Amino acid sequence: MGNYLFTQPFFKKNGKAVAIYFLVAIVFWFVFLVIIPQLYMLDLSFRSNVPPLARGGPQDFYTMEHYQHFVFGSKTSLDAFNFVDLGVFGRTILVSIMVTIANLLFCYPIAFYIAKIANPSTARLLIVSLIIPFWINELLRSFALRILFANEGVINNFLTGIGVIDQSILFITYDIGLYTGLVYAYILLMMFPLYNAIESLDINQIEAAKDLGSSSLRTHWRIVIPHAKPGIVSGCTMVFMLTVGALATPVVLSSPNTLWFPQLIYQWFNMNDNWSRGSAYSIILLIISVIFVLAMMRIFKVKIGEIIK
Amino acid sequence: MSADVELNNVSVTFGSFYAAKSVNVKINGGEFFSFLGPSGCGKTTLLRAISGFQDPSEGSVLIDNKDMFGIGPNKRPTSLIFQNLALFPLMSVSENIAFSLEVRGVSKKDRQKRADELLELIALEGQGEKKVHQLSGGQKQRVAIARALAVEPKVLLLDEPLSALDLKLRQRMRTELREIQKRVNITFIYITHDQGEALTMSDRIAVMNEGEIEQIGPCDEVYNNPLTPFVATFVGENNPLFGKVKEINQNKVRIETPDGDFLSTMNENKKLNIGDEAIAFVRPESLFIPRDGDNFDNQIEVNIESFEFEGNIKNFYATLKSGTRIKFSIPNAIDTSSISSGTKLQLGFESIKSSILPKAQLAID
Repeated sequence: MGNYLFTQPFFKKNGKAVAIYFLVAIVFWFVFLVIIPQLYMLDLSFRSNVPPLARGGPQDFYTMEHYQHFVFGSKTSLDAFNFVDLGVFGRTILVSIMVTIANLLFCYPIAFYIAKIANPSTARLLIVSLIIPFWINELLRSFALRILFANEGVINNFLTGIGVIDQSILFITYDIGLYTGLVYAYILLMMFPLYNAIESLDINQIEAAKDLGSSSLRTHWRIVIPHAKPGIVSGCTMVFMLTVGALATPVVLSSPNTLWFPQLIYQWFNMNDNWSRGSAYSIILLIISVIFVLAMMRIFKVKIGEIIK
Repeated sequence: MSADVELNNVSVTFGSFYAAKSVNVKINGGEFFSFLGPSGCGKTTLLRAISGFQDPSEGSVLIDNKDMFGIGPNKRPTSLIFQNLALFPLMSVSENIAFSLEVRGVSKKDRQKRADELLELIALEGQGEKKVHQLSGGQKQRVAIARALAVEPKVLLLDEPLSALDLKLRQRMRTELREIQKRVNITFIYITHDQGEALTMSDRIAVMNEGEIEQIGPCDEVYNNPLTPFVATFVGENNPLFGKVKEINQNKVRIETPDGDFLSTMNENKKLNIGDEAIAFVRPESLFIPRDGDNFDNQIEVNIESFEFEGNIKNFYATLKSGTRIKFSIPNAIDTSSISSGTKLQLGFESIKSSILPKAQLAID
């Protein structure tokens, strides 16, 4: 058996030690860090919420109550549906989609400029200046934005100072700070797949289109965007998934009246000590992310292999 | 409809580097015109100046007597065929061909009709639905031509489009290009470093070196009467014989070289004086092994070093008594089996088949 394994091309190509390392690392990563936690959470989400000591006892049974709670609310509630949680969920999805679109619109011209127009040294400078702010932790960046957007913050003070406004704009209350923070938080994950995809386009393709009479806009529509599609899908799925699951940015930047869906999950886990319900809510978030990826692949007609490329 | 293309004193600079320098040329409507030169000689820069991707730093590009300055490539009556063809891989063959019509808002039906017409022109009927990657090299080539012709440009610009093809296909495409040009009757401007391509297809050629045009003229004139040593050695092969002018009699010039005196022909545009340093050129195919009764203007003694068999001809490499190496070619129809390395031979050539030019840079250095 051992001999059979070691004669496989994979082992011959990489050598025994490296091949074993790869195998162990991948299995560990996949089984212990992905499959087991997810399965555990899936299982937990269908169990009643009992203290650890009561696990396996008569009170520990399979139930749909956590999913039911998400849709219909607590049994004592008078409302037909759980409007609060469903509202938070719907808003999180909707805003995340908007954030993804905003990211795409914002990044595409810059990625195109860096990839195809800027000379090499300018391009390097731009890439470095895009990366450097992200050396700072997400939480700290969010706090920095909070300082900018606060009612007595930098922007308001400046605008009142020069007399443009006489009352502070409520950036935080209206969640403008949150939206800005979310767009900013994962922008590189849109920028780099786009940049890579556009960069690989032969410049002659663009020039040929132009020579054949195409306007810039149409050249982008017919030549550049179709070529960059895998990059667009890859960027969109990553930004969407990370935005929909963001916690630090909403905690710091959302208005006191609004919640982001991961904040709800966090509350079930940590404040209400209801891991089962938290798991159920996490699974719901996971499902919506998977649906988004599949939808993007369907809409843009790309295969999973192209996205990862 | 074809158009004249005129380059008036065109220079293109990148920083302090002149990619093209004071280029003057008038290309007539309906002409097949080639810019021939080694890589980096500025021929592609000129093509970009004509197509509109690069405005000249000085001078002007006129198409149909209209100054094209500031007019983008999408607004000029020119079409460019790229070296790598730049077909759109995500579109079908028909979509590629009709792209220029699509961007002009032509209806789908009319686009299809025009694409079908062009597919017929390039002998690819019924293959419009294929993807570009399903075509062979020669077919891609033809699709690129059809795509460029779809808008009915007045000038077609070709940037070494045959360089990626194998020899046989390249030779066939030369004939085909020439035929297409006659059929559509528009101006073709062709860029190449391959003198064979330029000579076989063109009405006239311009030989370029280091951003400047060295000579413009019909192919045979450029080949037979080169104006500079660069042209003499870049277009076709040539044996240079270095020496000093000894005697001038109208256009006949006698040059004194370490290997003897030779009578050569001076181009009427070039002035040589007695005592000037000069080079007499004689092509490999103009050197003959004299037979009984032959009387050549010039005799030259050679010592054969080696030879190679090329099929239709046999090439011999030999040294003169000064050590200068020369090459001569004998048609395979003539029996040369008695000649091998070490053979001493007397060769002859006519003064009319030799040109003498003031000493200057050669292409083969």
